[in-house]
Amino acid sequence: MTISRRGFLGGLAAGTGVLLGKSGASAHEHFAGYAGRVGLLHDTTLCIGCRSCEAACSTVNHLPPPAVPLSDPSAFEKKRRTTDKQLTVVNRYVPAGGKKQAVYRKLQCMHCNEPCCASVCFVKAFTKTPEGPVLYNPDVCVGCRYCVMACPYSALGYEYDNPTSPRVMRCTMCYDRIKQNLQPACAEACPTGAITFGKREALIGVARERLRKQPGRYIDHVFGETEYGGTSWLVLAGVPFAALGLPEGAGTEPLPSLGSGFLSVVPLVVTIYPGLLLGFYAFSKRKERLSEAEQKAAVAEALARAEEETKKKLAAAAESAAKDKEKAIAQAVKRAIAEAEAARAAAPAGAGPGKEVQS
Amino acid sequence: MNGNGAFSSPSAGRVLTPFNLVTGIILLGGAAIVLLRFAKGLGATTNLSHTNPWGLWIGFDVMTGVALAAGGYVTSSAVYLFGLKEYKPVVRPAILTGFLGYALVVVGLIVDLGRPWRLPYPFVVQAGPTSALFEIALCVALYLATLFVEFTPAAFEWLGWRRWRKAVGAMTIALTIFGLILSTLHQSTLGAMYLVTPTKLHPLWYSPYLPVHFFISSAATGLSMVIFEGMLSHRIFNHQVEVSHEAFDRLTLGLAKAASIVLAIYFATKVLGLAQGDKWRLLATPMGLWFLLEVVGFVLLPCFLFALGVRDRRAGLVRFTALLVVVGVILNRLNVSIFAFNWTLPAEERYVPHWMEVWVTLSLVAAGLWAFRWIVNRMPILHEHPDYKGMH
Amino acid sequence: MYHTLQEFMHHTKGVSYVLGGLFLLAFIGLWLFLVGREDRR
Repeated sequence: MTISRRGFLGGLAAGTGVLLGKSGASAHEHFAGYAGRVGLLHDTTLCIGCRSCEAACSTVNHLPPPAVPLSDPSAFEKKRRTTDKQLTVVNRYVPAGGKKQAVYRKLQCMHCNEPCCASVCFVKAFTKTPEGPVLYNPDVCVGCRYCVMACPYSALGYEYDNPTSPRVMRCTMCYDRIKQNLQPACAEACPTGAITFGKREALIGVARERLRKQPGRYIDHVFGETEYGGTSWLVLAGVPFAALGLPEGAGTEPLPSLGSGFLSVVPLVVTIYPGLLLGFYAFSKRKERLSEAEQKAAVAEALARAEEETKKKLAAAAESAAKDKEKAIAQAVKRAIAEAEAARAAAPAGAGPGKEVQS
Repeated sequence: MNGNGAFSSPSAGRVLTPFNLVTGIILLGGAAIVLLRFAKGLGATTNLSHTNPWGLWIGFDVMTGVALAAGGYVTSSAVYLFGLKEYKPVVRPAILTGFLGYALVVVGLIVDLGRPWRLPYPFVVQAGPTSALFEIALCVALYLATLFVEFTPAAFEWLGWRRWRKAVGAMTIALTIFGLILSTLHQSTLGAMYLVTPTKLHPLWYSPYLPVHFFISSAATGLSMVIFEGMLSHRIFNHQVEVSHEAFDRLTLGLAKAASIVLAIYFATKVLGLAQGDKWRLLATPMGLWFLLEVVGFVLLPCFLFALGVRDRRAGLVRFTALLVVVGVILNRLNVSIFAFNWTLPAEERYVPHWMEVWVTLSLVAAGLWAFRWIVNRMPILHEHPDYKGMH
Repeated sequence: MYHTLQEFMHHTKGVSYVLGGLFLLAFIGLWLFLVGREDRR
């Protein structure tokens, strides 16, 4: 196959363009996220546990109304979590062994800045939108549930009762409503202002303002500002966040970066192993060849030595055989002479001098 | 013709042996449960929940299964790459175990996935390369194919397809290298999946070294599985094996020597993991005791027992120790995926497998045993084919 | 520019996978080129 020079250069340029496209960034940079993205501020000191947000959420998402009616306080007896049928729940927390007043907090997907769910999804079913919400695409989801397993806020539910088209179920931050310049249903339904919707940057300012204005009311921290890279849902509380079931003290490092380091090693294995292993193979083949050659040499030497010895033995045998033969001849001659002498001695006297002994 | 293969034991013939009956019932039941799973959803046949989305089918069938099938890459690398030709007799059984093992891992995965028909999606529709699971899916798929091709020489010899047999034989080195690359990758990445869950996995098991722990333990497990099922095969298929018991014991001791060293390294990396995170104090907790049981009882102890067995030439001790290692890796994988996962949650929120999940898992094992037996009774796995002697 | 780490990782790891695959193929080519004549001799 021949490629024209122009075609080759063109292909090279295109390839380089793909590689360099947006490059220049490195993993050590801080990624600031899309500017102007939205978020929500949840002020738990204002939450009264009316659960209007639960009802509103179920309505706009066409889900069944909350299993326990809003008027029934038994909903708070046990800690609930989000499920495939309920994308948000409000729990009651009684901190400090009952000595403090009960606090209510709304749980839902936190729409993280660097969502773990997006990073672990092997079909890229999650997207952090420029507007802010993290969205899920059920049209590619294979149902592996790695996202459900990985979410540090345990915010995702799964449709285990759906045999053929089960989906991951989670808060969508009412993305469609946001696109229509409406508020998420929960923020709109909240009667006390415990949920405020707006630009995340602005909400952080609002939160800090509240902390400044009423320091005795709040723990001096905006949860979600930096935890695991930051979330779109920011939380203010008058009690330690750990008492509300939030990962207090969480580092600022996004969770996906914990797994990124190892994944960088993957291409290294692919590039290093072939040559390295072929090296081992060649080395072992060489050892084999050398040991075979050594063996051959040893056998040849042994054979040669054996041949030498045999030759020597043959020569020695031939020599001694020759010696024996000589001896036998000498003995036979001796005997013959002796016999002749004996015959002569036994011959009658008068044998003429002319009669020589016939030997 | 009794339906058994040409190399079946002369006494074989009865179809309704106790083994066949028990495994047969297990298989039938398993098939029924799988049908129910696809008719009514995972909720009908598992105890999976929103808090515990991964259960026995992932923790055992996938994660442990992959470790138990590691004998293939270990033995083929030892023989073909590092020149340890004397271990050739164990390569074919190990490759077969590997192939069947990975095939069953994929079956188990298909049963567990929400929409298994979409399994090719990451490669043909939309890729998520940031995910450890993407790499695992890619490598397991490629490795299953590799193991299959590595298995075909025995099949071709059985079929008498000489040219095919020669063709795949020529690929041995390339396949072995490819298999070692893929095994290094996916064995370690199964551990790497948990790197992003530091809040859920107990700190004694969570470590940046998780991938290293998983890979090294897979090598020790592979060696031990080869010893273990070699022992079983030599008993059950005694009429077929050509290697004498004495010669096989020698191989067993050789494998144990390697395993002892690998276990020592594994133990060291576990200890280093504790040091890296300053986790010593956690050893004094109940979970700490459980961790010590796993690491001392099922890693350090077998390391010494293997060494003792090799030094004193005690094949029996070595075989027992191999079983210990196998149990140990099962324990480790189940600890990481189930027992030490979500460890902070109260008891009522923890996961316990549904009996149907256990049944399906047993069915997969039974299916593997049936396939193994069928193939070994027909194809030159435990012995050389007379027409291809020396070609192995 | 990449706004999030996720975008960055998606791009870099995607490229890495492709490069890894290409390298494997290229390596096979290099190997065949290196030893080709040995076998034919």
